Amino acid sequence: MDITADKLKRTALNETCRKYGGKMVDFHGWELPIQFEGIIKEHNAVRNSAGIFDVSHMGQVFVSGPDSFRLLQRTNANDLRKAVPGKGVYSHLTNEHAGLVDDIIAFCLSINRYLVIVNATTSTKDYNWLKSQARKMNVTIENKSDVYSMVAVQGPNVPKMFETFAPEALELPRFGIVEKKLFGQDCFVSRTGYTGEDGFEITAPHAVISQIWEQMMELGKPFNIIPCGLGARDTLRLEAGYLLYGQDVDDDHNTYEANYGWVVCLDKGEFIGRAVLERQKREGVTRKLTGVALTEGGVPRNGCKVFKDGKEIGELASATYSPTLKRGIGVGYLSIPDLKNGEPLEVEIHGRRVKAEVTKTPFHKGTAFK
Amino acid sequence: MPKPEEARYTKTHEWIALEGSEATVGVSDHAQHEMGDVVFVELPKMSQKLEKDKPCTVVESVKSAFDIYAPVSGEVSALNSAVTGEPAIINQSPLEKGWLFKMKISNPDDFKTLMDWTAYQEFIKQNVH
Repeated sequence: MDITADKLKRTALNETCRKYGGKMVDFHGWELPIQFEGIIKEHNAVRNSAGIFDVSHMGQVFVSGPDSFRLLQRTNANDLRKAVPGKGVYSHLTNEHAGLVDDIIAFCLSINRYLVIVNATTSTKDYNWLKSQARKMNVTIENKSDVYSMVAVQGPNVPKMFETFAPEALELPRFGIVEKKLFGQDCFVSRTGYTGEDGFEITAPHAVISQIWEQMMELGKPFNIIPCGLGARDTLRLEAGYLLYGQDVDDDHNTYEANYGWVVCLDKGEFIGRAVLERQKREGVTRKLTGVALTEGGVPRNGCKVFKDGKEIGELASATYSPTLKRGIGVGYLSIPDLKNGEPLEVEIHGRRVKAEVTKTPFHKGTAFK
Repeated sequence: MPKPEEARYTKTHEWIALEGSEATVGVSDHAQHEMGDVVFVELPKMSQKLEKDKPCTVVESVKSAFDIYAPVSGEVSALNSAVTGEPAIINQSPLEKGWLFKMKISNPDDFKTLMDWTAYQEFIKQNVH
């Protein structure tokens, strides 16, 4: 594990993560903790009680002005009409081929003012893409990824932690957002839960984020909250059936192929990539991101080949050991897009064919799904 | 099973302890820390012939897969089925309950190339970033 720390970007929580024993690694150019006490312990803390993550590498793009809605409606597969003030929508930013520029959450803060949460590796790309699509529109696009940090506090006990801290957050529906002053700064509290569990994300300027982290640790004490790293984040999000941009989806994979058809809203009018998606809806896709679970021992990883009746039909995009199901799970683009649940497969791990079966995603439905 | 000070170590972080001509092999405490939660272990086969410094089996943690190298040449003479049933034993007790396999060693001189406890501690210090 070579860390060329001086070349890596550090979040405002870097020192805090180190203080809590975070084992720092290079994550796409960001120095972030892979784990603190251990991935399984952290994973279980989030599933059963509470955990806190530094997700400051995520990006924040603000879109404001009279044409905000028009721009976002045109660049997204989902219907931005669902994002009424105080609410967000998970969506795919699409290119002309319906590939994913990024997967995002667009929060409507008020009429003509949106906060778009984007992935770390794509924030500049997304910003440039939105800019290029906004020509002749009356809209202001600001990439404030370098201004804001973010913590995610996740787990079934997290709402109890927020009873005194931010009672207004408890009123939020899933994907709700509220603006709130914290330590004298304008911050945002949202409720999305990418771990599959109920929980909140706090987006705040760098200056106050470590104070917020410490307060969360304090409020979470009765619930044995622990800091969690990227390792647990990956096992949790994969169990919950969430996509990882750059691994599961990218500019060359689209929403139907990713089995995220519910994101595509064809009755909303024109948007970029629509024609391709319409055709795919009509004709079907030739590959589909499919859930796979091992039925014997072994740990699948991304890149493992998948076989059906001895014939290679694709490879895993994301795969890991599932601490909740206690077996190997993964998702892969399989060339037979209409496989039924329980159909037998094989996954090649270190040259050995391991028995597996087609499995519906999410692999696990946590409190965020209720 | 050995005290940590009594075992010999490889640069790839296996430990090995000798009793007569039979040796017991496992991963070092340092290695299990680096691996994190071990969730799957593949063992070599009984009577499999192992060659010194060649990969002979795999230990998988949630994070990643780790090759296990044969510290010396020889033939596998016993397997620890406890670690396949409960791989976390490797984290809890890498030098006692978490041993991986035993082997009849073919060349006792192989042992001389391995690090003792003090040399291994020094090796870890120099190789930690």
